[in-house]
Amino acid sequence: MKILVCISKSPDTTAKIAFTDNNTKFATDGVQWIINPYDEWYALVRAIELKEKDASTVIHLVTVGAADADPIIRKALALGGDEAIRVNADTNDSYFIATQIAEVAKQGGYDLVFTGKETIDFNGSSIGGMVAECLEAPYIALAIKFEVEGSKATVTREIEGGEEECEVNLPAVISCQKGMAEARIPNMRGIMAARTRPLKVVEPVAADHLTAVVNFELPPAKAGVKLVPADNPAELVRLLHEEAKVI
Amino acid sequence: MPVLIFIDQSEGQVKKASIEAICYGVAVAEQTGDTAEGVILGKVTDDIAALGKYGLQKIHHVDNEALNHFDAQVFTGAIAQVIDAIKSKVIIFSNNADGKHIAPRLSVKLKAGLVTGAVALPDTTNGFVVKKTVFSGKAFANIAINTDIKIIALNPNSYEITARGDAKAEILSFSAQVGATKVRVTGVNKVKGEVPLSEADIVVSGGRGLRGPENWGMIEELAKLLGAATACSRPVADAHWRPHHEHVGQTGLAIAPNLYIAIGISGAIQHLAGVNRSKTIVVINKDPEAPFFKAADYGIVGDAFEIVPKIIEEVKKLKGVA
Repeated sequence: MKILVCISKSPDTTAKIAFTDNNTKFATDGVQWIINPYDEWYALVRAIELKEKDASTVIHLVTVGAADADPIIRKALALGGDEAIRVNADTNDSYFIATQIAEVAKQGGYDLVFTGKETIDFNGSSIGGMVAECLEAPYIALAIKFEVEGSKATVTREIEGGEEECEVNLPAVISCQKGMAEARIPNMRGIMAARTRPLKVVEPVAADHLTAVVNFELPPAKAGVKLVPADNPAELVRLLHEEAKVI
Repeated sequence: MPVLIFIDQSEGQVKKASIEAICYGVAVAEQTGDTAEGVILGKVTDDIAALGKYGLQKIHHVDNEALNHFDAQVFTGAIAQVIDAIKSKVIIFSNNADGKHIAPRLSVKLKAGLVTGAVALPDTTNGFVVKKTVFSGKAFANIAINTDIKIIALNPNSYEITARGDAKAEILSFSAQVGATKVRVTGVNKVKGEVPLSEADIVVSGGRGLRGPENWGMIEELAKLLGAATACSRPVADAHWRPHHEHVGQTGLAIAPNLYIAIGISGAIQHLAGVNRSKTIVVINKDPEAPFFKAADYGIVGDAFEIVPKIIEEVKKLKGVA
């Protein structure tokens, strides 16, 4: 089985969010970059778990980004993965990105494409569905469990207020979230091995950009907390009922 | 060229998130001088004509056996045919589970720019610009859609539901070519009688400060009294005190209820990212230095085990429950 795992570079979860150039660009000064947690903890680690069960499984990683994404994809290779492909393009347009990933997927003939359920920077949750449509493959998003037997996968996905279990024939595209796998950290052996694993850089295929960022805004600051004494919870209930009007 | 809203349903009943999408779509149509129409797929038990009261004029109903189970590919194909038939240029989804499956596929199929996670009406004064959440709720981005057809997926709990009278929508049966389904749904496991977390107006959430799963009784009791959903912080889900689907935060569910009550949660930046779009935040924590107080509207510094039972008593009085 061949699995393609989509990897995105994202700012660390504790990074300070600020903008420059008239609020048109994310301020990257001092920002630590990580593998998008959904891509790493759930998509990649689940793929590694599948390979641990069946050693014939091949895992390729793909990212669409500039050269500054290389350390991130190397880190992903250190966790697991046989080789990586970076499509050399720097963009925020999900259609453009998905077109590139779909092209890599078509060329590689994968049985499965795994993505995280969303990136923690743009929160688009679009790449998986877009890639699936480009490949005319079925798509199951928000997966919390994934098992595969031969060419059939059993997937549990989150729906409003519960879970749905379904079966799908491969090839398929799956977006992964919490529950899929247990997070792990790279070990020294993996880090050393990652140095020798191939990281191919390919140029993007022609594709349109359908959207563009105009600018960013920070949410308005909170007015400040109104503290209620611990011995007077009745006052809290009154405030919620009469002032905030939420209960 | 009508604005088309995808009406998402579950077991024949229209989801609340879709009513929000309808109200949003009707407002977009008013802005662009168009009418608003809906599309609903599969068997329906709700009185969908009544959705006219939100300003929907027509609803295209594709009733086909193959649409009674969810397969994003098949759904996308059916919706695309409706769009083509009525020449719609703006399509609205809820950014809920089904919306996240369909909207990206439709974007590729129609080569239509998509913005997911929208939180406000588009700005159409110069182009078509949609405000969405980014960085897990820590900021917003204004995104221009530069294509002829535009798709927006509206974040749940981001747009107010308002009825506009008692008109009925006209129901039009639409016969679509429906492809073979590749996804077979083999089981649905829904928590009966509980409010889905993503749709809840009120959420009562517990953290490590509650010390163990055996202490969740008061959280559940308060939630039940308020008609609220229950949630938890990441350490609580990681320790298996509560199920994973209750985890809210940067790597869990991002929610935006009217009222979020955080009990025994310190408010790490990753947790705040998932809840900071809540309209009112109440924090109960014994540590006055807990960072959550900075993000809260109301707070009590004190022991949750003493305070929460008293709050429950007060809410019972308010609701007239013995």
